[in-house]
Amino acid sequence: MGGRRTSREPSKVSYYAVLVALSFFALTPLVVLGFNALKTSAELGRNPLGPPLSPDFSNFPKAWELGNFTVTMRNSAIITAGTVIGVCIIAGMAAYALSRLDLPGGNGVLFSLFVGSAVPFQLFLVPLFFLWSRLQLTNTLIGIIIIYWAIYSPFATLLLRSYLVALPRDFEDAARIDGANEFQVLTRVVLPLAWPGFLTVALVSGLAAWNEFFFAVTFIQDDNLKPIATSFLSFQSQFSRDWGLTSAAGLFMILPVIVLFLILQRRFIEGLASGGLKG
Amino acid sequence: MPAEQPELKVPEERAASTERPSRKRAGRTPRQRRRTIMAWAFMLPLVIVNVIVIVGPAIATVYYSFTEWSGIGPAEFVGLQNYRQMLTSGEFYGALLHNVIWIAIFLTVPIAMGLLGAFLLSQITRFQMLFRVVYFIPFVIASVVNASIWENLLDPERGIGPALASIGLPYLDGVAFFGDQRLALPSVAFVDNWHWWGFVLVLFLTAMQSVDRDLYDAAKVDGASRWHQFRHVTIPGIRPTLVFVMLMTIIWSLLVFDYIYILTQGGPAGATEVVATLMYKEAFARFEAGYAAALGLGMSFVSGLIVLVFLYLRRRGWEI
Repeated sequence: MGGRRTSREPSKVSYYAVLVALSFFALTPLVVLGFNALKTSAELGRNPLGPPLSPDFSNFPKAWELGNFTVTMRNSAIITAGTVIGVCIIAGMAAYALSRLDLPGGNGVLFSLFVGSAVPFQLFLVPLFFLWSRLQLTNTLIGIIIIYWAIYSPFATLLLRSYLVALPRDFEDAARIDGANEFQVLTRVVLPLAWPGFLTVALVSGLAAWNEFFFAVTFIQDDNLKPIATSFLSFQSQFSRDWGLTSAAGLFMILPVIVLFLILQRRFIEGLASGGLKG
Repeated sequence: MPAEQPELKVPEERAASTERPSRKRAGRTPRQRRRTIMAWAFMLPLVIVNVIVIVGPAIATVYYSFTEWSGIGPAEFVGLQNYRQMLTSGEFYGALLHNVIWIAIFLTVPIAMGLLGAFLLSQITRFQMLFRVVYFIPFVIASVVNASIWENLLDPERGIGPALASIGLPYLDGVAFFGDQRLALPSVAFVDNWHWWGFVLVLFLTAMQSVDRDLYDAAKVDGASRWHQFRHVTIPGIRPTLVFVMLMTIIWSLLVFDYIYILTQGGPAGATEVVATLMYKEAFARFEAGYAAALGLGMSFVSGLIVLVFLYLRRRGWEI
């Protein structure tokens, strides 16, 4: 001890103690999930929470097979990719109009985007469902993708607009003087500069589409078209007694997300914290 | 770009900088007209999907809420009958009470955890990023997987309860968290909160990091304790974010659906029924789509009203 620095430090030990305790609360359930995916039913009976004493990987192929993950992974991948591409195009164009093309009534549009990104599903679900069944868009992947376009684009537009507003216009003006048309300005000048914004929007809307449960369970009943979220729910209720199996299936769904999150966490956090997307 | 702070600002102040007012009123040349057309053309995809998916059906909700409609076939106009039914239904008030309890839980537990964690985190430098990432991880976990994890951990026969009993702490042994009428609602809220509080913490942390350091130094010179610094520097400093989170908490709690539907479907015996699950049942299990529309519109109206009251009070100069 001794010295001013160290004499002030000890008070922080209690801070770290609380922060570590909160970390345990956040991570322990996930660690147990990982542990239990590696246990046989027999070991789960003896050792339901601890680390696996003899790790066993048979749950993974079994869960993949029984949960039809080849199909549901494909469905979720299509839905996520379709959502991300569509939202980037739709929101990118709108944000460009709002920040660069002197849209008349821009403030009114901005305000309606704020409202639009916060409209509760309660307000439009019932007629939408019956409209979609009449248009035969229920039980289709494109049907659910269009819904995600609509509900994620307003927020994405606002986020992209704030990126574009911060970009200097000089490069674009230079390109226009050189005879580029608006489309060329957008694709050759603005997009290469605004890609961090698009990456953030892609991550947030992709995560939302991958995890989304409510519209998926309402609009897709066909087992061959279900995304992972809803097929996992039926898997979970069907095999609820087999904790190892459901843990392995859960890992299939969350591992890609966790890995991507750890790689790009700054962008994820920034994007999610700026949007009003309720998880 | 710094994370745009969610302060419910009406977007005037930033939009102003992007517009070129000189052009707006001046005589319109063909070139400007072309730009305007081009601008709307770029907005078109957004407008189209939003009209089809949200605006159109939302207007239809208003209409159907005045009808008797099963979802298929023609709707029969019945005036205010659905609303009368809603306001005299014990089921509705029971569900609404659960929403209110949900609001009370989420206005306290995650906000207290978030404030505590964010304040402690803002006071340290080492491992700050690591903690932030750790707390945020549950927020990116899918709701169905989160629910499954806790269904297992809170299982009366093989979860935490029996495990604690085996080391001499029998208090939770055999407790059916999701099966007990009194425990089901707080248990579902607990599971939802597990993925929620870390997100709230990160929002608060971001806000706290922009509080002027000098204010803390001044408080320290005055001999303020940590609690006093928290109470008189931190809280006022992050008030816009705090108010925003509380406002959103109220609205989201009025509309909550996912975790309840996944974990208990409103059961046991209606112990976790909220208005959103009730509405879902009316629309898709009882085929009372008209009544469901009235429920949905009613709840949307109430949450819209709360936002308007908030904006009105702020405009009147309330410091919130």
